[in-house]
Amino acid sequence: MVSATAAPARSFAPATAESPAVRLVLVGLSVLFLSVFLLAPLALIFVTAFGHGIAAYFQTFTNPDTLSAIRLTLLAAAIAVPCNLVFGVAAAWAIGKFEFFGKSFLISLIDLPFSVSPVVAGLTYVLLFGAQGFFGPWLTAHDVHIIFAVPGIVLVTIFVTFPFVARELLPLVAAQGNEEEEAALTLGAGGWQTFFRVTLPNVKWALLYGVILCNARAMGEFGAVSVVSGHIRGLTDTMPLQIEVLYNDYQFVPAFALASLLALLALATLVVKSAIEWRSAKPSEALEGEAA
Amino acid sequence: MTRVSWQFRKRSIIPGFGLTLGFTIFYLSLIVLLPLSATFVQTSKIGWQHFWHVVTTPRALASYELSFGASLIGAFLNFVLGTMVAWVLVRYQFTGKRLIDSIVDLPFALPTAVAGIALTTLYATTGWFGHPLSSIGVHVAFTRLGVIVALTFIGLPFVVRTVQPVLEDLDKELEEAAASLGASRWQTFARVIYPAIFPAALTGFALAFSRGVGEYGSVIFIAGNMPMRTEIAPLLIVTKLEEYDYGGATAIAVVMLLLSFVMLLAINALQRWSGRREALAGG
Repeated sequence: MVSATAAPARSFAPATAESPAVRLVLVGLSVLFLSVFLLAPLALIFVTAFGHGIAAYFQTFTNPDTLSAIRLTLLAAAIAVPCNLVFGVAAAWAIGKFEFFGKSFLISLIDLPFSVSPVVAGLTYVLLFGAQGFFGPWLTAHDVHIIFAVPGIVLVTIFVTFPFVARELLPLVAAQGNEEEEAALTLGAGGWQTFFRVTLPNVKWALLYGVILCNARAMGEFGAVSVVSGHIRGLTDTMPLQIEVLYNDYQFVPAFALASLLALLALATLVVKSAIEWRSAKPSEALEGEAA
Repeated sequence: MTRVSWQFRKRSIIPGFGLTLGFTIFYLSLIVLLPLSATFVQTSKIGWQHFWHVVTTPRALASYELSFGASLIGAFLNFVLGTMVAWVLVRYQFTGKRLIDSIVDLPFALPTAVAGIALTTLYATTGWFGHPLSSIGVHVAFTRLGVIVALTFIGLPFVVRTVQPVLEDLDKELEEAAASLGASRWQTFARVIYPAIFPAALTGFALAFSRGVGEYGSVIFIAGNMPMRTEIAPLLIVTKLEEYDYGGATAIAVVMLLLSFVMLLAINALQRWSGRREALAGG
């Protein structure tokens, strides 16, 4: 790369940079904007959660309804994430490794749950499995409960987190090309062997990030779960729903204490994301560092 | 090659096409397409006249106006400020840059209900921001302004994350050429840089808008939820469901689903446009 350090003769700043004053204003405004909209709410969660001391904070986690909400959230994520992981890998393989008719349409369909309102997502499952829904009479006759019960919560969680793993894997699998897999197959490796020894190691960080993002959303989903849960305390309330219950009861410390667990999960997600990006740091960043 | 035969897919020695595509389509149909089509079938049951009556009541119209209007304002704020943040993150070095860069994704990772109660507490009249703001007569919590604040929060990462990679790949020689031809820094930005990043910024705007229209968790706490004034469209669906008005809820949901499809098509078109522009600018 030709270095841009050939200093212009008559001006103090290079011609392709802004004056220090402009830089300062832009950086200041950006930091202010992100502080007001992101850092302040984040700080408030922890300040309020510990507002009455550490004992009050941990008191929250003795409430049986809160504990059952935590268990339900873990259960829903433990089912939804592996389902969407298997789907994501299958979709990335089919779409990334092959050229076929209708491919871009299929990609749009996979993205669909991102653009559907969570409330509408919940409603569609009520229309399918609710007492007045398509399968309602059959389900009632066989005493199967999906809506206002745990299966409904798991189903809508799968719906809202549907695209995450596929979305992270797809571009990478496609960008890797097929040469390495073709070489492995030519050398006598089987299909599964090729996948586990060649493809998977190449995309493992994207896979991990997709899973973590999927998990964060699965544990934090509110709108869709709220519609199908029926809000039976201690039975069908997930962590976000229990936060709503506590908050509406003016129990701010327990509400924010429970919220702080989900905020920690969000922070952990961001840390893992940064770590993955740092691992796969692009060579262009090294150049940037040089220029600075 | 004289014989051109139509093929469903190109030949390849890589195995597993049938298995993976079959599973993908089966799972997609089961989880996404079947429930969504149920909504449309349910709507056809309630009849066109009733449907039209439900989706055009003044209360429904007011809720669309709020959901669309607040999402547009939030997405526009993010269009301007998100482009600025992306610029600062790509072009400048400063302490805390890595932290700022990581924290941008917070609205993707933080559960919406948690964001909702945090923003409400922040902007309530006793809150950190609400107290000083209310003393100068600005009320955020439980007003339409609160809805805008929540939707700005929710849409914040989209523009930053769509513009950032385009700015990183932007060829600096174009700017050097503009500068050497006598353009001022502002002219270079307006005529060279901005046209290159505009499609990406617009894609981010559309993504933020689309997310905002359907958003529920972060808004309902701060909105106050007064019918006709601070009731968003997704909340109206929930209210109708709680009144066991399944037909009414479905009708509003269909209006929102149709909008989602339109937005999805628009975003796909924008991304293709953005990709072409990027290829030109980066080439």
